[in-house]
Amino acid sequence: MVVSAIENGTVIDHIPTESVYQVIRILGLEKYKDEVLIGNYLSSSKLGKKGIVKIKNKHFSVEEVSKIALVAPFASIIDIEDYKVVKKFKAEIPDHIEHFIRCANPKCITNAEVVPTKFDIVDKENLKLRCHYCEKFTTKETMKFTE
Amino acid sequence: MSTLKGRNLISITDFSKEEYLEVLDIAEGFEKNPKQKILSDKVVATLFFEPSTRTRLSFESAANQLGARIIGFSDPGGTSVQKGESLHDTIVMVSSYSDLIVMRNPKEGSSRYASEVASVPVINAGDGANQHPTQCMLDLYSIRKTQGTLENLQIACVGDLKYGRTVHSLVQAMCNFNATFHLVSPVELKLPSSVKMSIKDAGLKYYQYTDLKDIIPTADIIYMTRVQRERFPDPMEYERVKDSCILTADMLAGCKKNMRILHPLPRVNEITTDVDSTPYAYYFQQAQNGVYVRQALMAAILGVR
Repeated sequence: MVVSAIENGTVIDHIPTESVYQVIRILGLEKYKDEVLIGNYLSSSKLGKKGIVKIKNKHFSVEEVSKIALVAPFASIIDIEDYKVVKKFKAEIPDHIEHFIRCANPKCITNAEVVPTKFDIVDKENLKLRCHYCEKFTTKETMKFTE
Repeated sequence: MSTLKGRNLISITDFSKEEYLEVLDIAEGFEKNPKQKILSDKVVATLFFEPSTRTRLSFESAANQLGARIIGFSDPGGTSVQKGESLHDTIVMVSSYSDLIVMRNPKEGSSRYASEVASVPVINAGDGANQHPTQCMLDLYSIRKTQGTLENLQIACVGDLKYGRTVHSLVQAMCNFNATFHLVSPVELKLPSSVKMSIKDAGLKYYQYTDLKDIIPTADIIYMTRVQRERFPDPMEYERVKDSCILTADMLAGCKKNMRILHPLPRVNEITTDVDSTPYAYYFQQAQNGVYVRQALMAAILGVR
């Protein structure tokens, strides 16, 4: 499949096929009012099959890149300006994240009051997050993003 | 000046080994002379969002004996909390009325959050099943007092090792002192793997048992816990395991002379009353030690020790 290049924006490449729509959702791209090109099950020498998302006129913040890393830990982020790659880097899981993940512990204060969540990532490989408040673990299986 | 001045105590990992020992040393002084009016210009707020007998009374007794004035509540009924006031707003308001906040709240992580919004230090008096660090401090005090040291001891933990937060904190704290752990529980209530990992990470050993008799000859400390009904989502599971770790006086033949039995209380039936009159029972003195330890913590955090 041939997808046109973008003049300005971001390409998220090497997304696992099962994570493409999750990436769209966590970045809020359903509501984005410009061109978004989504490709999935494209051939990849690294992954076999991969997903790719191109977003016109959009560059991501550190927090948004952290979100991508949590669902697509091997994704490449490519910043494009004037049809040229100005920056290419791997989405890396940070040591600490705030705000956008819900604590899996229903008894945690963050699920009872308006308290922004904070986590330390204690195991990046298996994605294990320790809540700064209740000290309980949230894992890949129990992880949910805040609305 | 103590490093503890102005600090919060939310989790047992907030203090270093040296800081635990500093608190225990200060507490020894209060045991010898508990009535010192060194906090007579201080106001201590005790905010208990759920019921507590020992913890609240011992904090209030500790503060009273040091001359502090106490404000607060033992039940959120009748306060703005019942009108829907957030924890944030309650804490900000109480901060402006007091020099120190002591809080118990059933929501896990609530004390950490309170410490972030309060303008005065916060001591966690229990946040649900998460942490109860002052209980751990008084356990350490009781162990050192009865054994003469905290180093190289054989610590047996018995009962509900899965849900019992006091055991989790004690194990974590005793990992600083080269302890060997003997863990006795029904299979359903084994110590969580995350806590066992703390033991391994410290390079220490633990052994698991299902029969309490097996650890009697070895233990320096037997730390008994109640199998707590409220921690079980399924009442049938509670009924099945509740009687499995009961200590009776006749089981104590062959124990070490220095062995002492601790329990965070309240007990139900896990220590029969015939144990109370043996020289090994220490749980009521342990509760009394809570006053000295809480005096030490309040005095150190408020900068008068």
